[in-house]
Amino acid sequence: MKIPLSWLQLSHEKARLLIALAGIGFADMLMFIQLGFQAALFDSSVTFHKALTGDIFLMSPQSDALGFTKTFSERRLYQSLAVEEVESVVPIYLNFGSWKNPIKRNTRTILTIAFNPAQNPVNFPGIQQNIDQIKLPDVVLFDDSSRAEFGPIPDLLAQNKVVKAEVDSRKVTVGGIFTMGASFAADGNILTSDTNFLRLFPERQKGLIDMGIINLKPGANLESVKATLEAKLPKDVEIFDRAEFIQNEISYWQNATAIGFIFTLGTAIGFVVGIVIVYQILYTDVANHLPEYATLKAMGYKDSYFVVLVFQEAIILAVLGFLPGYLIATGLYSLAAGATALPLAMTANRAITVLILTVIMCCVSGTVAVRKLSAADPADIF
Amino acid sequence: MNKIQSTINYQPSTTNQVVNMHNLNHFFGEGKLKKQILFDINLTLNSGEVIILKGPSGSGKTTLLTLMGGLRSAQSGSLRVFGEELVGAKKNKLVQTRKNIGYIFQSHNLLASLTARQNVQMSLELHHGIKATEIEQRAIALLEAVGLSDHINYHPHSLSGGQKQRVAIARALASHPKMVLADEPTAALDSKSGRDVVELMQQLAREQGCTILIVTHDNRILDVADRIVELEDGKITLDTKQ
Repeated sequence: MKIPLSWLQLSHEKARLLIALAGIGFADMLMFIQLGFQAALFDSSVTFHKALTGDIFLMSPQSDALGFTKTFSERRLYQSLAVEEVESVVPIYLNFGSWKNPIKRNTRTILTIAFNPAQNPVNFPGIQQNIDQIKLPDVVLFDDSSRAEFGPIPDLLAQNKVVKAEVDSRKVTVGGIFTMGASFAADGNILTSDTNFLRLFPERQKGLIDMGIINLKPGANLESVKATLEAKLPKDVEIFDRAEFIQNEISYWQNATAIGFIFTLGTAIGFVVGIVIVYQILYTDVANHLPEYATLKAMGYKDSYFVVLVFQEAIILAVLGFLPGYLIATGLYSLAAGATALPLAMTANRAITVLILTVIMCCVSGTVAVRKLSAADPADIF
Repeated sequence: MNKIQSTINYQPSTTNQVVNMHNLNHFFGEGKLKKQILFDINLTLNSGEVIILKGPSGSGKTTLLTLMGGLRSAQSGSLRVFGEELVGAKKNKLVQTRKNIGYIFQSHNLLASLTARQNVQMSLELHHGIKATEIEQRAIALLEAVGLSDHINYHPHSLSGGQKQRVAIARALASHPKMVLADEPTAALDSKSGRDVVELMQQLAREQGCTILIVTHDNRILDVADRIVELEDGKITLDTKQ
């Protein structure tokens, strides 16, 4: 086996290697945090969409995203029932309400989701056991993954206490819990019946809904039904299939707000910081070893040997620096997930993405640092 | 090759000629700043000779050495090293020539991150077709030959100046070069270790039958030479062989 000069040279100066790895680890951590929050944003914004059962979804074309919807008439849903393949339809009401914490008495905005409990279209953990509760007047289900500021509702329920709170100054009873999770749009969620919804928000009109769900009969061709509906229904509703519905929500956060851009920029900054750090390390390394490299050139080593050497060092740094970045990011994810109730966790996909970015980062730096090699002129060492 | 040589009148091609220079000129700089360093150098080095090249600073000794070693591109005249013409040669040819030459520098220029043995192995690894175990054995044998059998796995920073220079000699001679070029090998050493180092070079080179060219200011080591060449202002002013 040949002498592993790249590794020996890096490991020879332990303090410098540690600083290099700390720097790369920091850059990796930055990228992990940015990509993690971005993914959490997109994941959390579609938790609700993913939990909905249904084949075709209707929204007002003026609607932006969950919580920022414009209403449309539920007549559009009933019109669609005229299409033979349509099995059933579910109207959904959404509104932000002001929730009063039953313990601390402070108020906070909460997203209220409402539908006819006889046709439950959502598939969250806890819903099945508690759905009958919302048939009672002024009873809501509380999302136990809401942020802590809404009050220790799950704890109180676990102690078999009757939990009473207020939504828009109307007293409600929490009849049970379900699990959905906070999103960037809403820090907390409650769920109730359409009848209760209209009691909580008297300004809302019955029949003007925020989302409509269409269930098709088994074996129906989704594409053709969707085309039929698009031809049949007026242009005051937009018609999505499941994937489009989810993508529409993600696209909103990605494009229509600065959030997606900010996180992409944050990732890019981490990447650039990494390039600068690795370049500094590699450049110093090459500069310090110039007389040695010139000596090797005099002995008959080709230029390509040194290019390979620098890139080997770059890749060793990339892989070794990735490990602390990965570990720190994993820890920070669980910290941030606890603090924000966002679905934030390390995924294999993201780890691979960041590892690839790190290798690219180190190779870019290597490419720049390699230019310094030409300064190693064997004629100069005499 | 022989055909080309026969058309050039000066070239008696004999196998024991290691270096053959004819009317070699060398210039530094461009345009108005162009300065001639070497003037019509004619010099032949034979196999097995120990030659000392001396002369004042700025006389062109080092330039001559780097030209012979293929470290600098030769410009005009003729310079044959191991029978290969280096005037106008491509970089690849220069690199090939270097592989047959051992270099010893004023400062040892050992790789700080490698042990003595690994430093010697770096020179052997250049030559393909030597097995890894053999490379290691040869490196150890050479270090033993230069009297460093107790320091084989030491890093340069824990060796003395003389010991480092011995490792450099072992490295230069490891791949059995046809010629060793040494630039002020004793400059950084005290007189005793300087003397030892030069005698070691002489002895090992004799065993391998290779040519040694030592550039030096050090008058104390002149007696190891078979031949002394003196250079002044880019011209050969003394050659004890002629």
